[in-house]
Amino acid sequence: MPLRHLLALFLTGFLATQAIGQDTPEADAAIPRAETGGASTLEDILRRQQGLPVDDEFRQVFGDEDAPPGAAAPQLSPLGGQSDSDLWRALRFDKADITTQARGPATNVLVQDSGMTWLQFREGPLAKYGAWLLGGTLVALALFYLLRGRIRIDGEKTGRKLLRFGGIERFGHWILAGSFIVLGITGLISLFGRTVLIPAFGKESFATLAIGSKWVHNNVSWAFMLGLVMVIIMWTVHNIPNRHDLKWLAVGGGLFSKDIHPPARKFNAGQKMIFWGVVVLGVSISVSGLSLLFPFQMPMFAKTFAILNDLGLPQMVGFGALPTDLAPHQEMQLSQAWHAIVAFLFMAMILAHIYLGSVGMEGAFDAMGDGHVEEQWAKEHHGLWVKEMEERAAATSGKAPATPAE
Amino acid sequence: MKAMFLAFVATGVIAVAADYGLHRAGFSAADQTSGSNVRLD
Repeated sequence: MPLRHLLALFLTGFLATQAIGQDTPEADAAIPRAETGGASTLEDILRRQQGLPVDDEFRQVFGDEDAPPGAAAPQLSPLGGQSDSDLWRALRFDKADITTQARGPATNVLVQDSGMTWLQFREGPLAKYGAWLLGGTLVALALFYLLRGRIRIDGEKTGRKLLRFGGIERFGHWILAGSFIVLGITGLISLFGRTVLIPAFGKESFATLAIGSKWVHNNVSWAFMLGLVMVIIMWTVHNIPNRHDLKWLAVGGGLFSKDIHPPARKFNAGQKMIFWGVVVLGVSISVSGLSLLFPFQMPMFAKTFAILNDLGLPQMVGFGALPTDLAPHQEMQLSQAWHAIVAFLFMAMILAHIYLGSVGMEGAFDAMGDGHVEEQWAKEHHGLWVKEMEERAAATSGKAPATPAE
Repeated sequence: MKAMFLAFVATGVIAVAADYGLHRAGFSAADQTSGSNVRLD
């Protein structure tokens, strides 16, 4: 019995001495990597624990200088006398030639280490700044409404109506708009599920909501893409910038003051910015969305990064060359991150569009409601377009332009 | 407003058709990432 106590005391003392001996990071941190046989230094480990970036380039270098020569080495490792460091290195950095019975893409990647970075980005900056962007946009629109009020039709209403958008144009707009709102809401449900919805409604309720959201998000996306193609075909020709846009921009479109109505054709400069924003962000979100819909089948970031590197753009802004050797999972992580970043920008822009197309401006919703707008509204916001319509009506009827078509 | 409601109905129809069509074409995640030896149901 006393011997056991003595042994325990001895062991405790020994371990404590060892622990104190190890607790000298300043001393060990100075040891260069070569002196640790190419392994990580204590400084590396401490930096990793603190979440600081660690340069592990040295670990990816093949050819172990310390490997014992084959014939003379003892038969200790799976590869006999040969060092198996390179085998583990190849597995760790996805360089090994892996054969697997498991079907499906990316099953031959045994290790990928970017998942935690992606998760932390998704739950951290992405959710935080995304929420700030949407919240900030709503606050800005509310302030604009309080300061400017509803933008009224300044002149006397005529009671005459002009057909602004035909049935197919409105159908294309609404299939895009309706699907976008549904995709936005279901996307936010997916992103903020763990941090907001589960604490609020519980896991059981959220599970049902998440499954439903995923189905809707995946399948409604096709309607969005159809709507996007339709508006691109129908409206690109009307959204080519012209000199009138400069006048419109110079006076802020008259949005901030009464009785200022810069000339515009079918679409003014503000609407053109929305249109091109929808095209660029819509195409980008569709491509990244397709990459997510068909996992591992449509990798696009390695190719995109290679093109950007060739153009020298990342180097120009001080990023250095972007990685072009990406694991399939990294491609998916980047697709998701990009999809969400674009989505937040898209939603912020569309919130402003929804505001001006509904409560923000008198008479604006009619254009996409039944397609007909008050003639005075059209003259104030699209004066050149009204003239074009009058000239076209006159040419059709063979009379001088007098009144626009009802 | 007819065009708007028609677009909303079309969105629903497209969603159901996409789900049905992609499953029929073998594009479900289950079809893509598992084999006949895996019992999923």
